[in-house]
Amino acid sequence: MPRGALRRLGTALGVLALAGIATTAGPIAAAADEDDGEDRRDGVEVVERRVAVGPEADGTPVELDTSLYTPAGDGPHPAVLLTHGFGGSKADLAPQARELAESGYVALTYSARGFGDSDGRVHVADPGYEGRDVTALLDLLADDDAVRQDADGDPRVAAVGGSYGGALSLIGAALDRRIDTVVALITWHDLADAFFPQHAVAGPPADGDSPADLPVVRDGEPVPGPFKQLWASRFFVGAAGGDLGPGTDPVCGRFDREVCRLFLDVADTGRPSPALLRLLRAHSPAPLLDDVRVPTYLVQGQADSLFGLDQSDATARELAARGTPVAVRWFTGGHDAAVDPTAADDDTLATWLDHYLGADDPAAVGLPVPAFSFEEPRDGRADLRVSEADDYAASWSAPLPLRGGGQVVLNPLGGQPGSLTLVPSQDGVTDEFDGFVSTYPLAALPGQSAAFDTDELDDGRTVVGSPRVRLTVTSTAREATLFLSLWEVNGDRVTLPRQLVAPVTVPTTPGRAATVDVALPAGTWRVEPGSSLRVLVTSTDQTYAGPRQARADRVRVDDLRLPAVVARSVAGTGDGGLDRQTTGVLAALGAVLLAALVLALLRRRGARHADPDPDPHPAPGPGGAPGAGADVPLVVSGLVKTYADGHRAVDDVSWEARRGQVVGLLGPNGAGKTTTLRMVLGLIAPDIGEARVLGRRVTPGAAVLARVGALVEGPGFLPHLSGRQNLEAFWAATGRDPAEAGYDDVLEVAALGGAIDRPVRTYSQGMRQRLGIAQAMLGRPEVLVLDEPTNGLDPPQIAGLRPILQRYADTGRTVVVSSHLLSEVELTCSHVVVMHAGRVVTTGPVSDLVDSADTTVLTLAAGADPEPPAAALRAVAGVDEVEVVADPAEPRLVVTAGLPRPDVVRAAAATGADVVGVSSRRHLEEVFLGVIAAASGDRADSPADLRQVRAR
Amino acid sequence: MTATRRPLPWRAELGRQTRRRRTLSSFVLLLALPLVVVGAFAIGGAEVDGDGTLVDLATGGAANFAVFTTAVSASFLLVVLAALFVGDSLPAEASWSTLRYLLVAPVPRTRLLASKLVVGLATVAVAVVLLVAWSVVVGGIAYGWAGFTNPTGGSLEWGTFAGRLALAAAYLVLTLVQVGAIAFCLGTRTDAPLAAVGGAVMVTIVTAILGQIDDLGSLRNALPMYWADTWFELLRPTVDWTPIGHGVAWSLLHTAVFTVLGFELFRRKDVLS
Repeated sequence: MPRGALRRLGTALGVLALAGIATTAGPIAAAADEDDGEDRRDGVEVVERRVAVGPEADGTPVELDTSLYTPAGDGPHPAVLLTHGFGGSKADLAPQARELAESGYVALTYSARGFGDSDGRVHVADPGYEGRDVTALLDLLADDDAVRQDADGDPRVAAVGGSYGGALSLIGAALDRRIDTVVALITWHDLADAFFPQHAVAGPPADGDSPADLPVVRDGEPVPGPFKQLWASRFFVGAAGGDLGPGTDPVCGRFDREVCRLFLDVADTGRPSPALLRLLRAHSPAPLLDDVRVPTYLVQGQADSLFGLDQSDATARELAARGTPVAVRWFTGGHDAAVDPTAADDDTLATWLDHYLGADDPAAVGLPVPAFSFEEPRDGRADLRVSEADDYAASWSAPLPLRGGGQVVLNPLGGQPGSLTLVPSQDGVTDEFDGFVSTYPLAALPGQSAAFDTDELDDGRTVVGSPRVRLTVTSTAREATLFLSLWEVNGDRVTLPRQLVAPVTVPTTPGRAATVDVALPAGTWRVEPGSSLRVLVTSTDQTYAGPRQARADRVRVDDLRLPAVVARSVAGTGDGGLDRQTTGVLAALGAVLLAALVLALLRRRGARHADPDPDPHPAPGPGGAPGAGADVPLVVSGLVKTYADGHRAVDDVSWEARRGQVVGLLGPNGAGKTTTLRMVLGLIAPDIGEARVLGRRVTPGAAVLARVGALVEGPGFLPHLSGRQNLEAFWAATGRDPAEAGYDDVLEVAALGGAIDRPVRTYSQGMRQRLGIAQAMLGRPEVLVLDEPTNGLDPPQIAGLRPILQRYADTGRTVVVSSHLLSEVELTCSHVVVMHAGRVVTTGPVSDLVDSADTTVLTLAAGADPEPPAAALRAVAGVDEVEVVADPAEPRLVVTAGLPRPDVVRAAAATGADVVGVSSRRHLEEVFLGVIAAASGDRADSPADLRQVRAR
Repeated sequence: MTATRRPLPWRAELGRQTRRRRTLSSFVLLLALPLVVVGAFAIGGAEVDGDGTLVDLATGGAANFAVFTTAVSASFLLVVLAALFVGDSLPAEASWSTLRYLLVAPVPRTRLLASKLVVGLATVAVAVVLLVAWSVVVGGIAYGWAGFTNPTGGSLEWGTFAGRLALAAAYLVLTLVQVGAIAFCLGTRTDAPLAAVGGAVMVTIVTAILGQIDDLGSLRNALPMYWADTWFELLRPTVDWTPIGHGVAWSLLHTAVFTVLGFELFRRKDVLS
């Protein structure tokens, strides 16, 4: 068998166990595959067929509704017969059957007699009806060519089922020897015991051994315990509540009439008739176990108030006594548990089937799973832990004395109110609240309960099995029905570790003490050190129908003995070790860190490779020969930047700034000035091109930026610090020597006076601007980049800034100023770069731009009309162009001509114009508007709207 | 021009953060919290009626009081503070427009993030330790110096409890670090401090909701902050180290993932603030 393919089977069968409950406990939607006739998916062939089986007692013929799942590939395959839980149908098992078929088994599911679409009535696991049906189903497998045959007509087959299905699997294995192995989950040993549990026994077990206890008898007959009414009702409704066909009894539904009548009787009286006890016992694996000779795997739940661990233990004990191979597992779920995925993450079921159906000689190897294993108590969200042992050999603790003496417990009239000790099948609600809400006050009703405590236990211990106490009862009646539960008392908290209760019915003689041993509910749990244990005796329990007569019992409980098993912890963590989850997560952590490290190293190498330093030790200082690449402090070449929204802010921009220059970056709003400067400063990465500062390529955070001071798009300060503290904090962030900062010089620039020690949030815009310029000049950087430095400054301050920048450049440093104020740039800068719509439209010294030999500006008298002289001048040979500036106060003509300037002036005078001034200089504004108009004209796609502003 | 030290030394970053009002008021709040709780118990006339809940036990002594104040603040207050201390420092610089000046100073981006992360996480650690220690002091003065009684059972003497409490505080810091890392990661993507802090708190709220969905089963183990309450495990008489190990491992993994992601995102980001 492919081991890997079986991996998920454990989960499937774990759910199978719960599917058994689904129908009795409530509607858990089974993921039923709707199979119709024939169906192929994943190579699995599904054939539906109705199979004739034995008729009902009245001769009505019966057919069972079956589905046969055959795996792909050449057979023969071993087979698995799957039986569903009470109240369910074959549809519940479709996912599991498909899973089995995908793992290479032929899987046969059917709706048991009286359920689903099968005919007949529910006899409740009657060997004569439901038991015999198994034989008919095995015949089906015996005739199937796809099924591996051990001998002619003897298929290699496992009977697997949960709850009702588990009991039918065991009964079937007893009746039909062709079954090769049984897996029975959360099922009963003796149905009489399950519905009338009696936890009182006549004698203690021998140490280290667990033989069958001697029953408590009266008049030679074993005394049954009280009626487990709540579960019986659910069981009953599970079948009676089915769809009522014509002619069915409205109360009994599809129940067999005889079975139904007995159940109705006991519901009435609360006491079992001998006939009912006989019937329940007969409808159990118990009387048939002699004939079960095949390896049997029993999986029983610790959260199961219907079929407790005592049931599977009894089956296992009897099978083992006859030499039948048997393994027992106590898992955390059961009829009371919600579907718990981790409880089912156990692949021993798959291992078991794999071994007994796949191997040629399974008996030679022995059990493929531990003979006894149990899931350890779970704390918080810890992983499931499993312990295993070679057999269940309990070692008993020394008797722990119980305090409390003799106490009187009253049985209330009518058995009401009842103690609420456990809430069966509430989807683990009680479990969920364990640790927060104690049910103890609901269980220990005053007058109806007695508590007996041990001393505090010095050391913690793990209990595995069924603890024992000795109970002495002096009753006013001839029979005392009591309920015992074992609680853990921890400080102020009282908890019931496994949410189970042990009912006893002690035969008594009024006024005389009777003593019995009581097997408390079995399970595994951990007792914390420092806690004590409490045996609670109550006269009532809501899940049971106890005696209705008023009664007073004087009870005394002694000698608590705790069982333990020497076992190996196999899954999850041992102490100090790391479990799979932790190691897995830590491995992932290591992978993440390693990947980050590798990435960082690769990047560092890549960066070194991509930018070999052209000049590792650039010699700063004035007088460097202009033009040499590394000696031009700021070179911008071919920059392109397109923002995520598709806007191309900067398009192939190149310019440079040399030492001693004050370069003005001019352009209307949205021209790309700030974007360019951000790229120069490494704040944003260019798509194409590069900026070099002092010969070094600018990358984000490049070290060379230490030699650049900047004010970009307004100043930024920590609002809670003063101006001075901000300068200090900024300098501290550079990590450089405070002595290099030159605070005194820049404070002079800021000119804030006493305000320098006030928090920045109180500053006006102009003050912040000045402080920003001052911050940019900290450490006297070789390149000073100021973006719109005059924003918010008043005219005197602007005028004051001008000489500062010029003096700064005069020391051989470089200043770049961006602005949209043309007059300001004209006055401040030595060079300009004019940008428009992301492109550089012109560059050059300011003087060259405004002053040229072929241009003559003629100022006319105020009020004169410039048009007639302009027209006349245009007619003069050698005049290229005449531009009219129609300013009424100062009309001007800008004449571009190939003539010497005196000739132009003469020609103008000849036109009769009132020339009052002649100049060679234009205002930068005119140049600017001129080049921008020209640039816009070049670009037909871009409207020449200079006021178009892009928000950036 | 000599670069004498690495840019943005931790001390410089610490200086940028400690004088902020959000830092000061957060710590004032933390220091006031135990006093407020004592006052509330006094006004409410807390009666120890032996229900054995944490609130009843809180007034039992310094140890229980410290555990109580830690428990009530761990689920939300400390989460918000962790998100604030770690997540806010980067977008706050962006919102003040100082981020670009730090980058141009120049502080390399990884260095900038490293300094902010280290200082932020250290602040979280200081906050938790301060809250726990101060609660012990306040509890001791108000209710005496009794040892710890676990509401779920068992008691611890001071000798054991002190160490366990320190471990619990350390564990708490570790779980909060992942919230910080998430806020930090968000902070590299936004210029709004509120978005980073609120985003991280939202993440913890959503994961808390997902953690309530039982159908998710063991998938929930991987949720950030799923193991946040496990520090209480350290105060039991016998400690189950398995969930502690899970909590530590998952927290470290989340922290690493979000931190690396934050560095990667910020490394290539265009700083437009």
